[in-house]
Amino acid sequence: MEAIETIRDAVVEAVSGAQVEIIPSTPAAAQPALLVDREHVFAVAQLFKEDARWQMDFCSCVTAVDYLPKDDKPGHIEVVYHLYSVARKQGPVVLKVRAPRELEQCRVPSLTPLWRGCEFQEREAYDLYGVTFAGHPDLRRILMWDEFTDFPMRKDYEPPADYEWEPTPHDSTLDRAKVAGGVVPPTALEEKKK
Amino acid sequence: MIQPVADTRPKGLIETETLEVSIGPQHPSTHGVFRMNATLDGETVVALKPVMGYLHRNHEQLAEQMTWLGSMPYTDRLDYFNSMANNWAYALSVEKLAGIKVPERAEYIRVIMTELTRLLNHICLVGFLLQDLGAWGTPLLYAFREREKILDLFETVSGSRMMCNYFRFGGVRVDLDDKSLALAREITSKFPKFLDEFEKLLSGNEVLLARTQRVGILPKELAINASITGPMARASGVEYDIRKVDKYGLYGTLDFRVPLGEVGDVYDRYYVRVLEMRESVKILNQVLRDVPAGPFVAPEVKLRNFKVPAGDGYGRIETPKGELGFYLVSDTQGKLPYRYHVRPPSFINLTILEDMCLGHKVADVVVILGSVDIVLGEVDR
Repeated sequence: MEAIETIRDAVVEAVSGAQVEIIPSTPAAAQPALLVDREHVFAVAQLFKEDARWQMDFCSCVTAVDYLPKDDKPGHIEVVYHLYSVARKQGPVVLKVRAPRELEQCRVPSLTPLWRGCEFQEREAYDLYGVTFAGHPDLRRILMWDEFTDFPMRKDYEPPADYEWEPTPHDSTLDRAKVAGGVVPPTALEEKKK
Repeated sequence: MIQPVADTRPKGLIETETLEVSIGPQHPSTHGVFRMNATLDGETVVALKPVMGYLHRNHEQLAEQMTWLGSMPYTDRLDYFNSMANNWAYALSVEKLAGIKVPERAEYIRVIMTELTRLLNHICLVGFLLQDLGAWGTPLLYAFREREKILDLFETVSGSRMMCNYFRFGGVRVDLDDKSLALAREITSKFPKFLDEFEKLLSGNEVLLARTQRVGILPKELAINASITGPMARASGVEYDIRKVDKYGLYGTLDFRVPLGEVGDVYDRYYVRVLEMRESVKILNQVLRDVPAGPFVAPEVKLRNFKVPAGDGYGRIETPKGELGFYLVSDTQGKLPYRYHVRPPSFINLTILEDMCLGHKVADVVVILGSVDIVLGEVDR
């Protein structure tokens, strides 16, 4: 694989208007990523897939990371794609795309039309982080149950205190206590026993 | 190959409709708590939607709340057949982020343990596949007999049969003594004979051939495009083995071949695994010949207050089920993973389950799912 700067320049040249920024990894891992703006990420991914220089035919890993607002920087959700080439046995090219944390604006284009392997992984990112992948053929929850309303992997998620709540006979007693002002009145059966 | 009898009755006389059947989650053929919503036309599958999450425990969030080493035992629970391989994938990813060099002896021990794991995973998969085909007991019994020998070795070495928690950043937890090495050699030398017997029983078996050949075909292009990895992809002819591509550990210096299938049906998936076991024996023979002396864990790695420099990285290995990767992000403090993501092979290999099942009978769905080789601990995480 070429140096990341060469790849970046080639991408900027091929996809007009794309804003591409290099994000370093840890020094030892040496897997610098390309941060692409949301409007052009699909075109950039398509370039990586179809261009003979890279032939990234295999999208290995898709995930999201939640970065909370820090100091005066706004937070964002970052979706990370790891692309490899089976044909040329090279990689990875790490694509990153950022979206605001607010649910309505947390939208990125889906890469499932390019790589079928993104299908379940993007569903998982939607399920756990609330990222809406525009153009995904079947965006539903996959790990959490369908009635669940929150996104549990977000850093500011707080599990409800009563998430295992289910109605018990005890509840009716509590309700009656509430009506009677804190004192549990005896039931009809208890009255009879007296 | 068994051909269906042609339906010669005039069409359109009897009104028919499709039937939706929920297979699972509590069903022995789903290998755990997996569910398939199948739409059937007669007995033929016309649509099939996998439903998962019954074993979801938010493994990733658990790991983000504990130290780097703290989640090592949790990786055992991902794919509970291959705890050694899962340990290696996680250790390798953290070593990649932190830039830790692994001593030579540790590399040898890692390869020995992981290839033994591959033997036990593949042999069990074949046993379970035959179980799904209706061969109740016999193949699985022999498979489990061999698995037990390997598990005994794991217990001697790590203290636990299945939840080994054996790898550490920069090496392994305890050294492999000569007695265990001798045991590993004995298992390796006796395994080919068992495999010959096993193959004699199965590979040419008429029932197995009739039920598996040309069933659940996965084309090569779709396999690559849908991120299918491991024996599943190689059975479809995708020449991609991370041991060969990334050359992690000692695999760059070892002599072994990558078996490939031609058709991509269930039989190829079965047979690729048999051939992979033979290659694993070959690898084991090479590494067991002389294990070098030396430290079994990098001495500079501290167990307490272990920190990883800020940044991210992705590490992956070839586990028996496919590419197991860990995407890790470390923040400036570096004590806990800021983000810990597992790329589970079983989960992603299920993407094309519907494509493989369309047009087949319900009974074939069970076999096709069996040949994917899933473990729900890893699918649901």
